[in-house]
Amino acid sequence: MKSLADLEAIRQRTLDKVNLRREHEGTRIVVGMATCGIAAGARPVLLAFMDEVNKRGLLDVTVAQTGCIGMCRLEPIVEISVPGQEKVTYVKVNPDMVPRIVAEHVVNGKPVAEYTIGAQDK
Amino acid sequence: MPELALHILDLVQNSVSAGAARVTVTIVYDTAQDTLTITIEDDGKGMPPELLTRVTSPFTTTRTTRKVGLGIPLFKQLAEMCDGELSIQSTVGKGTKTQARFRASHMDLPPMGDLKGTVETLVIACPERPDFCFIYRVDGDEFVFDTASVRQAVGGLPLNEPEIVGWIGQFVAEGIGEVEKSRAGT
Repeated sequence: MKSLADLEAIRQRTLDKVNLRREHEGTRIVVGMATCGIAAGARPVLLAFMDEVNKRGLLDVTVAQTGCIGMCRLEPIVEISVPGQEKVTYVKVNPDMVPRIVAEHVVNGKPVAEYTIGAQDK
Repeated sequence: MPELALHILDLVQNSVSAGAARVTVTIVYDTAQDTLTITIEDDGKGMPPELLTRVTSPFTTTRTTRKVGLGIPLFKQLAEMCDGELSIQSTVGKGTKTQARFRASHMDLPPMGDLKGTVETLVIACPERPDFCFIYRVDGDEFVFDTASVRQAVGGLPLNEPEIVGWIGQFVAEGIGEVEKSRAGT
């Protein structure tokens, strides 16, 4: 069973990581989590991003949420801002797409064009 | 929405938007009465009476991107579909309490679903504020989880650190599992 006492060890282990994160102006992964996003499946998408970022040990990446982005029919929508690059909007995201987006875009800086909003209406 | 846990995630977002410092979610199964009651209570900015009267309308929303807001209307519809009802009490400056009651055995009631995922998502989405308290009760058995005690234990580190989120998820899953085990045993 987990107990609150575990958290002291976690605190000591993560303190350095937290400080590292604070020093870097990093990539932001923002998931739309209004009613429309949640109903379309944003929760597993957000958790998949968190999981993937953690697996790869990416310290300069933040996973966050926002409200309604305004294109409810394209939810779940994920916006990724890499410092120095233009923001990229991914639409109809599902958890299976997440490892590829993290590998190609977040790690290697090359957005996955076929998942973006630009590819959607063609 | 396919899960009650998703409705909870959605409605707690209202409390977050209302600037709450503390949000308490209480889930109570009463076997003898055959009811499930879900209560979301916050100390956010509250609603004036005029807004309160139209807040269950799908054409009321605080978002600026669309003129419809379906979070509360969907939850209300579900409660009424399951022989229950939704009530909202709110006081400006004090907070809001939203409560839905369902007949637990109603065939239209969706499963509770992934509460662990809902708690993890809320913690990732709101690592600094507010604090979330979850109470999961089946008849006499109860599990309580409070991010305030986690925050204290990790000495004010943001709760969205992956290892902390992982711990929270497992703690919640185990706690709910224990309560459910005793229900299955009776």
